[in-house]
Amino acid sequence: MKIAVCVSHVPDTATKINIAATGNEIDQTGVTYIINPYDEFAVEEALRTKEKEGGDTQVVVISVGNDANKETIRKALAMGVDSGILLKTENKMDSFGIAKALSEEIKSQGCELVFMGKQSVDFDNQIIPQMTSALLDYSCVSVVVEFKLEGQNITCEREIEGGKEVVSTKLPCIISAQKGLNEPRYASLKGIMAAKKKTIEEKPAVETENQTEIIGLKKPPAKAHGRILGTDSSAVPELVRLLREEAKVI
Amino acid sequence: MANTILAILEQREGKLKKSSFETASVAAKIAKNLNLTVVVVAIGNDISNLEEVSNYGVSNVTHFKNNVLSNYSSSAYTKIITEYAKEISADYLITANTSFGKDLAPRVGIKLNAGCLVDCVKLDVQNNEVIATRPIYAGKALMETKLNSNIKLFTIRPNVFKPEENKVEYNLTTKNVDNPDTSTIVSEFKKAEGKLDVAEADIIVSGGRGLKSAEEFKLIEELADALGAAVGASRAVVDAGWRPHREQVGQTGKTVSPSLYVACGISGAIQHLAGMSSSKYIVAINKDKDAPIFGVADYGINGDVFEILPKLTEAIKLLD
Repeated sequence: MKIAVCVSHVPDTATKINIAATGNEIDQTGVTYIINPYDEFAVEEALRTKEKEGGDTQVVVISVGNDANKETIRKALAMGVDSGILLKTENKMDSFGIAKALSEEIKSQGCELVFMGKQSVDFDNQIIPQMTSALLDYSCVSVVVEFKLEGQNITCEREIEGGKEVVSTKLPCIISAQKGLNEPRYASLKGIMAAKKKTIEEKPAVETENQTEIIGLKKPPAKAHGRILGTDSSAVPELVRLLREEAKVI
Repeated sequence: MANTILAILEQREGKLKKSSFETASVAAKIAKNLNLTVVVVAIGNDISNLEEVSNYGVSNVTHFKNNVLSNYSSSAYTKIITEYAKEISADYLITANTSFGKDLAPRVGIKLNAGCLVDCVKLDVQNNEVIATRPIYAGKALMETKLNSNIKLFTIRPNVFKPEENKVEYNLTTKNVDNPDTSTIVSEFKKAEGKLDVAEADIIVSGGRGLKSAEEFKLIEELADALGAAVGASRAVVDAGWRPHREQVGQTGKTVSPSLYVACGISGAIQHLAGMSSSKYIVAINKDKDAPIFGVADYGINGDVFEILPKLTEAIKLLD
């Protein structure tokens, strides 16, 4: 079996986000990039599935973007993924465009099982896994915290409001990974050395017209500086009064 | 014939969720501005409060019924909504950005060749176009955006759009579904302990490392109980294993916008602030006067959580 894991290259979550002068993108000054945190759970689950399935099971990592994404692809390779593919584009693709490019590559690779992070922590759409599955006519379970594969049958638990849904489906399938699915391994020194020797295949991403158009970005309105009501529980009555009479929230 | 907007409702265990009324109300509002006809659709078995949707300005309700569809099935639901949207030539679709809506909407979008804008916190009509505002980078920035596709699909963040009451006539059409495609289906719902989910709660009481241990979180639980609130947690305490991940608020947890957010012993890392600073009112209780959480708080007490929380809980309990 061939397993795909799709990764995105995103600003570090500790990064402050500022708006660029153009007004429709973020200011790149001082922004460092990392592998999307949810994608680490996807990579780990792909590797665990390979280890369990054994035989000639292979894992390929796919990313859509420019040369900078190679760093994130290398990170997956260092964790133990067998090979990497960069679908190159200099355009700012929307989710639909990325799903389209990924689906074409997944099809040509013949991958029947695909892992992705549940969302990228940049645009926070949480739609690419489901879109890709709909383009491929694969099944898809999103926001997965438990995954079991037996032959062609898949049983998952997906996190929803107030609990978990147990979902059953079949291959071919896309799984979107939520935190809690597993504990991602650290890349070993050996893994990092080996990753340097693995080749990253580069090919142009299939380009599609964007369905969405960005009008502009802005910072959320700054909060007015609040009031410190005291330094101990003697401030409690005033807090309760304000919540009740001023804020009217209790 | 006027163009059509299709509002997709969500039921759980035979009851419409609160966010469904928000969806209906927003659909009615957009319909008014763009001169559209609203059609509302729900899938499930019996839905006890379906008629209540007509309190929010929408009349035409279609209920696709089959007893196996009381549980969510992405395969069956996608097919039913897609076919129905084609049948009524829907130009717009709208649903709530809940676990259900997030899972379903992009699939329907692809099948209809409709663009998707999800997790919208504002939808304005300007020059006959819908302009959406949605948070990105977990709320560190806001993006104004629109769709260029012929068919347009939006999902709205729960708890942001207040449903406007407007009682109208109720016209229900029930359609039985024969042999739904249940190749992917929910077989069981495992309810989590704890009463309320942070993603849906109107009040959240969150705790951080300042609580010192998992055991001390009972102070948070007691205050949450008194307020009828959900318990939230910072990433640090989730990573330490004190609390389950589903309670985590922040960039790698949940982004929330409750009416009231009470942050106890949380210093306010940038990822946490991103996830909660759009709350309507924020209370911070923290020993460190320089904690960044005070920068977003409306009211703060710069003191010891162990001394303040029991007194606050007691005071809340005394309210009528």
